[in-house]
Amino acid sequence: MDFAFVLIQLLNGLQYGLLLFLVASGLTLVFGIMGIVNLAHGSFYMIGAYLAWSLAGMLDSFAAAILLGVPLTVVLGMGLERLLFQHLYHRDHLYQVLLTYGLILVFEELRSVIWGDDVHGVAVPALLSGSIPLTDNLSYPIYRLVISGFCLLLAAALYWLIQKTRLGMMIRAGSSNREMVQALGINIKMLYTLVFALGVALAAFAGMIAAPVSSVYPNMGAQVLIICFVVVVIGGIGSVWGALLASILIGMTDTFGKVLLPEYAGMSTYLLMVLVLLWRPEGLFKRG
Amino acid sequence: MTELDRPRTASSAEILLQASGLHTYYGASHILHGVDFHIRQGEAIGLMGRNGMGKTTLIRSLLGHVQPRQGCVNWRGAEVTQAAPHRIARLGAAYVPEGRGIFPNLSVKENLVMAARSGPDGRRDWTYERIMDTFPRLAERLDHMGGQLSGGEQQMLTIGRALLTNPQLLILDEATEGLAPLIARDIWQIIRTIRATGIATVIVDKNFGAVRDLADRCVVMVKGSVVFDDAAGRLTGEVVQKYLGV
Repeated sequence: MDFAFVLIQLLNGLQYGLLLFLVASGLTLVFGIMGIVNLAHGSFYMIGAYLAWSLAGMLDSFAAAILLGVPLTVVLGMGLERLLFQHLYHRDHLYQVLLTYGLILVFEELRSVIWGDDVHGVAVPALLSGSIPLTDNLSYPIYRLVISGFCLLLAAALYWLIQKTRLGMMIRAGSSNREMVQALGINIKMLYTLVFALGVALAAFAGMIAAPVSSVYPNMGAQVLIICFVVVVIGGIGSVWGALLASILIGMTDTFGKVLLPEYAGMSTYLLMVLVLLWRPEGLFKRG
Repeated sequence: MTELDRPRTASSAEILLQASGLHTYYGASHILHGVDFHIRQGEAIGLMGRNGMGKTTLIRSLLGHVQPRQGCVNWRGAEVTQAAPHRIARLGAAYVPEGRGIFPNLSVKENLVMAARSGPDGRRDWTYERIMDTFPRLAERLDHMGGQLSGGEQQMLTIGRALLTNPQLLILDEATEGLAPLIARDIWQIIRTIRATGIATVIVDKNFGAVRDLADRCVVMVKGSVVFDDAAGRLTGEVVQKYLGV
């Protein structure tokens, strides 16, 4: 195994991990702040991917598809929160699981009605379709680097938003004492709607930028959802930084697992979860 | 009655917050039985009563945290009975709840600045710098997490945070509860300072003597009703004995 090969695997692992983070960060935020277990979160990833495919077809531009698609998913997130999710905040997790599982079925059915059941490919934008040569016969696609770049940018923006802005302080305060946040004159309903919509948009954006490398297919949300729950559990429920670290760990474990121990590749990420939980039952980062 | 016994605030000052005929329930339990309450601009009111008599429920009903089933609440004459708590807070009501309500997962500085704003009239009497001067102990601990502070410091933090919203009314529910006597004395001194700046205050505290000294008017509650509402000077030992059982 030479250096270029390891480098490629590292980059793949990082790209997969960062993409997972975009989806998992919304899941863990919504759980940590509103206390909602959202099984339908993977569906937003799927919706993003299908939106990217269909809008790119209509507009004849992948970039335009994303620019239009992201605001659409924000609106979708706000609508869902106002209509459905806000009624779950004070309810038991069982109700949340029931509603959000139901939503998975609804979204899959709608997807089937609107976009059909075929597998689709999305072309990498021409501008980013090249590769960077690493050695004489190995090269790395620029688009994958761009994915990692966008994810890192968003992770940094999320860090800034949550840790450095007043809005972030209000969001964190809301997770510890909802009533006191209101007593200070802050509209917590609006705040929750925003956080939820942010989570939806991040997951959908991940689906959009992943579409050219992973293709677009029915039930693509389910796989992502399961692995994202693994990320949230490893990272520590509610911890965004835990989710970032866990996502990258899982990305690396999955990628190198496939290369080094192909016969156990399907198990590697779950083994990682077991090991982390044996070491730290509450995940890498405790909530707070 | 001598002139000294009269409320220090002219009774003609504008009424800031007024509640009439409040009936509030928690589930099936009837907590407030037709409470009338008002506070004028700049006035200090001692809200008294034994535990479980409805003081906190009255406060929560005034501030929109619980909806009264009957009766109405007005802020400067405009009805706010069904208004969300954050709307009432934005009108100028600040709340220091029992148990303090700091955010343990935010730093001291973040606790203070997260809700800081100008008052409803655009005035910004309380700035971050002024809070630092008023509470030097907080200034030394800005980077600590709220949860790491002592009880007294947490109380200062909650009061400082409330002041940074530049309110016209400050409601303090058991601000000195559980504090060592010396710390409690500091808190009383702070409350006196705030009072002198002209912010209307509602004070709930077990230390009846201190409340009476500070307040213009005292309101005593028994079993969800107001049984005494008069100038603080008229709160005789007899009344205290009868309703507060000390």
